[in-house]
Amino acid sequence: MSENSTNTSSSLNPKSFSSNNGLPRKRFYRARAHSNPLSDSHFPVPIKPSHLSLSHHYPHFFPSSSPDQSDGQKRIEFADIGCGFGGLLVTLSTMYPDTLMMGMEIRDKVTEYVKERIKALRASLGSCHNVSVIRTNSMKYLPNYFDKGQLSKMFFLFPDPHFKEKNHRRRVISDSLLDEYAYVMKVGGMVYAVTDVEELGEWMSGCLERHCLFERVGDDEVEADPVTKVLESATEEGQKVIRNGGQTFRSVFRRVAA
Amino acid sequence: MEETLIDEAENNSRDGEVAPALITVHPLEKFVAVAIGSELRVFDLERGFGANMLDDSGVSQHSDSIRTIGFSASGKLFVSAGDDKLVKVWSTDSWQCIHTVFSEKRVSAAAISCDDHFVSFADKFGVVWIVSLEENERNDKGTQILAHYCSIITSLEFSPDGKFILSADRDFKIRVTVFPKKPFSGAHEIQSYCLGHTEFVSCVSFIGTSEYPQGFLLSGGGDSTVRLWDFTSGTLLDTCEVGAQAEILGSNGDEGSCGHAVTDICASPDRSLVAVAIQRQVSNLHGVMLLTCDLSSRRLSVSKVVTMKETFTPTSLGMSVSGENLWMVSGASNLPGSVSSVLARVKVISRLKQMPDSSELKPAVLEDNEVPGGTKLLEKLQGSVYIAHEEETLAAAAEAVKTAMRNLLIKRQYSVEKRELRKKSRNDRKLKQ
Repeated sequence: MSENSTNTSSSLNPKSFSSNNGLPRKRFYRARAHSNPLSDSHFPVPIKPSHLSLSHHYPHFFPSSSPDQSDGQKRIEFADIGCGFGGLLVTLSTMYPDTLMMGMEIRDKVTEYVKERIKALRASLGSCHNVSVIRTNSMKYLPNYFDKGQLSKMFFLFPDPHFKEKNHRRRVISDSLLDEYAYVMKVGGMVYAVTDVEELGEWMSGCLERHCLFERVGDDEVEADPVTKVLESATEEGQKVIRNGGQTFRSVFRRVAA
Repeated sequence: MEETLIDEAENNSRDGEVAPALITVHPLEKFVAVAIGSELRVFDLERGFGANMLDDSGVSQHSDSIRTIGFSASGKLFVSAGDDKLVKVWSTDSWQCIHTVFSEKRVSAAAISCDDHFVSFADKFGVVWIVSLEENERNDKGTQILAHYCSIITSLEFSPDGKFILSADRDFKIRVTVFPKKPFSGAHEIQSYCLGHTEFVSCVSFIGTSEYPQGFLLSGGGDSTVRLWDFTSGTLLDTCEVGAQAEILGSNGDEGSCGHAVTDICASPDRSLVAVAIQRQVSNLHGVMLLTCDLSSRRLSVSKVVTMKETFTPTSLGMSVSGENLWMVSGASNLPGSVSSVLARVKVISRLKQMPDSSELKPAVLEDNEVPGGTKLLEKLQGSVYIAHEEETLAAAAEAVKTAMRNLLIKRQYSVEKRELRKKSRNDRKLKQ
């Protein structure tokens, strides 16, 4: 699957699925690399987290469409913010088969690809039942999807670096957005932020360092964490960095009590 | 219809933006203040004359539409701010401007903390700033304490106990943030989100009694509802469909299906009465709606619609702590095609206090000569006593305010073709010319 294949915009024709494994082919879902998170976007957003239909996203865990969310029910615990083509989610789904996880992606074509990918994997391998994806702007609408203290892990892998100073407020990690991430995370939950851009790596760890509700996780603990091993190898962007012999910058922080 | 609205909005230049008239009342009803356009008009009810605003801080008075005014809980301070990016704090003793803050962006909401130590304001990009009002710590630039990601904040309030700061936005939500001991390092701990409105939130107000000292939150929005919240948990306790209720109670049975945005709500802090101003598509409700809020059962219900004889759609409401009088203003500045650029009409509803011996509320709309402060007050706050005759202009003003509010707070929807056309004519290239 070459990243630089010809620009074909048609999607969802029979060819868009690979003949060997039935997975969607990425070149039929070519999307722009950037999306402006500041613009008013038009997609449905649940009014509050209880309006998010779990039976729609995880039919294997919630077979009937009866009472959608009630107390004591399984909840989404991992969120991959800017999940891209969904590589991390697919890997994590087998590592944590009983944990519900949600990918959030702002580019609709990429989201369509991940949807098809999950559908294909559910059908062929019977995996990924605990994984789903939503097209949304998580910088604006995160509290509409998750309750206070709901998430135990949040991933920000290879986000758009937005180099220009004028565009820094578009970055997915900032002092004020961390307030919202702290809100949806439970105390003890983990934030993983990885980038191959040194400047952005410093920016992200600086924001997390400054924030009173996050503390840095020690190196030993980071190394022992099974998740850190797949952060780079599982994501498409991470694989690209490894292929090109690039360097990655990793920030792992824990949500602490106020 | 939708499309033409959009075009109109895009053709209008920024300077010509219609701004609603605002009113606010001193907690002890010592003063009534009206803001219209860039003008601030204050009437001293105790002494019976218009207050003289002194501003020798070396900075000009407001030069563009004022978007927010309010007294502090103690009544000692008053804040005004708006499109000219100035936040002015006034001492109500002398009506002297004690401090001016320069915002980088236009200001959409402002509030003074319960202890009068800080002034907080929100700009149109959703950032909330804070400035100390302590004599030796005053700064003419704000410090950022929190932000709604690129959303217009419509209302900003401190909870009555001073523990929380609440910010409501056009993205349907109300954020409740713990107000920290040291606010200059930021307000990072979010207590809750009040989620349930299906359109922009336009206004919030607190209500509480001695049995419920912490109080509850009321909010009104573009979805023509008033909602009651337990704001510490973000739980929606009750919803009152005031738009639908107005429909039923209005004598005319005409449709007017959409657009009954709630523009302002006003709850007397120690009682269970809530006044609601609603924008009407068809102007057959000239007045306000009164709700009763039963805090023990946590229910909101419509108690009465107070109607007026003349065309009057309030753009803003005000009430003192006693809750005896409800002050209302209707009007707008920068009216297109109008001779007078500013227009404000003040009216008062009195006898809102329930008599212990009677169960029914008997509110009375005061005639111009019965208004506290009399014609002198009207002359000061309206600019002229004889404004009642301009009914048509007032109706036009109400309509203009409504359009302006929709354009500002409702997201524009484009058809597929229109979106393609807009993509082709993106203005990033044009700007460079």
